[in-house]
Amino acid sequence: MAHANEAVEELTSPSIDPEEVEKFSAMADEWWDPDGKFKPLHKINPLRLNYIRDTLTRHFGLDADADQPLKGLRLLDIGCGGGLLSEPLARLGAEVVGVDAAIRNVKTAKAHAEKTGVKVDFRHRTIELLAESGEKPFDAVLNMEVVEHVSDPAQFLKTSASVVKPGGLMLVSTINRTSKAFVMAIFGAEYVLGWLPKGTHQFDKLVKPEEIEAALAPEGYEVGEPVGVSFNPLSDEWRLSGDTSVNYMTVVTAPEK
Amino acid sequence: MTKQLECDAAIVGGGMAGLATALSLEAAGLSVAIVDALPVEVRGDEAFDGRASAIAYTSWRMFTVLGVADRLEGEAQRIEQILVTDGRAPDGLRPGGPSPLFLRFDHAEINGEGGEPLGYMVENRHLRRAMTETLQARGNITARAPARVVDVARDANGAVITLDDGGTISAPLIVAADGRNSFMRKRAGIRAHGWNYNQSAVVATAEIERGHDGVAHEYFLPAGPFAMLPLTGDRFSLVWTEKPRAAKALMELGEPQFTEEMQRRFGDLAGKVKPAGPRWSYPLGVQVAEEYCAERLALVGDSAHAIHPIAGQGFNMGLRDAAALADVLGEARRAGLDIGDLTPLRRYERWRKFDNVILSVATDGFNRLFGNDIGPVRKIRDMGMALTGKIGPARRFFARHAGGDTGERPRLMQGLTP
Repeated sequence: MAHANEAVEELTSPSIDPEEVEKFSAMADEWWDPDGKFKPLHKINPLRLNYIRDTLTRHFGLDADADQPLKGLRLLDIGCGGGLLSEPLARLGAEVVGVDAAIRNVKTAKAHAEKTGVKVDFRHRTIELLAESGEKPFDAVLNMEVVEHVSDPAQFLKTSASVVKPGGLMLVSTINRTSKAFVMAIFGAEYVLGWLPKGTHQFDKLVKPEEIEAALAPEGYEVGEPVGVSFNPLSDEWRLSGDTSVNYMTVVTAPEK
Repeated sequence: MTKQLECDAAIVGGGMAGLATALSLEAAGLSVAIVDALPVEVRGDEAFDGRASAIAYTSWRMFTVLGVADRLEGEAQRIEQILVTDGRAPDGLRPGGPSPLFLRFDHAEINGEGGEPLGYMVENRHLRRAMTETLQARGNITARAPARVVDVARDANGAVITLDDGGTISAPLIVAADGRNSFMRKRAGIRAHGWNYNQSAVVATAEIERGHDGVAHEYFLPAGPFAMLPLTGDRFSLVWTEKPRAAKALMELGEPQFTEEMQRRFGDLAGKVKPAGPRWSYPLGVQVAEEYCAERLALVGDSAHAIHPIAGQGFNMGLRDAAALADVLGEARRAGLDIGDLTPLRRYERWRKFDNVILSVATDGFNRLFGNDIGPVRKIRDMGMALTGKIGPARRFFARHAGGDTGERPRLMQGLTP
């Protein structure tokens, strides 16, 4: 009980109902436990963060070795979940807005950021609502591991890209729709290794790189060459690779005006 | 006076591993606090630690990057060659013509003639002084000494250390560098396994009549290895391994008798020898921790692994821990990750544990193999030594391993900033 009381005292944000604090605190612990339910995300996180940092600093002409290399950038993290990406990016100096359609994810992320003292603007929003609200456009939008979970990927990508500043970036990471992806990402990760709950990914919802291109190129967006992301079971680490047949990331550049 | 301090990493233990870790983590961009129970002057005193350490050539590169090497000017003796001999009696080495069954490692074979030596011999007090001076010159390191840790709290959100002066240090990560009997390790409930050898090492410094030319000698004798390690200014550091009772007797000998014993061991190798300064005696044992990390805690140096000094690797292992931890935490910091998170700490553990366990087992094996006077065992190891000595690749492999030049090397060991 002493622990719960401490948590209540620490949380002063008016948007969080004290009665829910304990519950979301427990969920935050789950999201942030490197051995817990979200272990695969923790494993891939360093690689994603390095990729985001390097891509953004290169594009915006910033110093990647600076203490806060992303200082001055305003970022949107779509489907922020427990804040696994938003928090580190804020630590790197960016002003981060994290949105999630699930209210409990937003509360979880808020509860964790309160504890670590990292400033992130977490909001309960869908990208559609945010785009309609006339939100100030972002230097970069992060669309990481989300597009394979939505019902209309093409429309979703267009809406997401619409909140990017002219000349800004959208980073997309997802799973390709190939037989190898089926074997590795669905059968392997969900059924054999048990990394992800069964049903996390459905094969026909997976997105091919050319489908991203087809959705955004006609609107004037430049869709870059995808980069593969592969798992090395020997070193137990993810790394960038030339193999885009399973996990891949791609950079979309918004047209200048 | 009570002080509340906040930093990225709080290091507990101001011994050699702790100092090296503080410098390495600072080089990786972290703000660091280091806590030690002893006053700085005590650590630097000649009477505190009479040992000298072999600094492998990769460790020296690390010292160069950290700015420690500059402060060791004139105190570091190049090791040009290592001669390993299987000896039965103290006078087993004939003058000018060593026994045919010996192993010779030469720096020229690894790093080219006149290139990097196999390593350097430096007295621990100089290492402490050089590292302490470097540390004081750095803006991002706070030292708290003398101060004792009275309480530790670690949870998912961070760690807090409470000191006996009532001050606290809050950090996302604590590094335990508090030695073989690590309080921090025990508090974390991490078990360590090991055993004591029925051996003690008597350490002394000898002034010699003839120069040593940077050659280190190691004789394998039944009671344990007898090592003569070159120091600057025509001196050898002696590591004299004996059964505890014999070691005790050596410690109690008067100066003339000890000189006589010493001369008997040296034979004709270096002309007349005489002891310089006091003698020390250390019990020998091996110990390996089950885990190198826990929530918001990482173990480095002897708190994680203490090995037999037979191959002169103990401090080098601690340096490699520090360098690997700096790499892993530097990467986590650059990715904006919480540096006390278990994900980077596990990477550090995987990286170092394998290397350290291999060395612990190898040195234990060497000691058992060479500390054996049974005829056939001697025959076999002599053949092994002669064979290794004849096969260039095998010899170079052992020399590289002793130099820390195998496996995935941390950036500091490659002469790069973490």
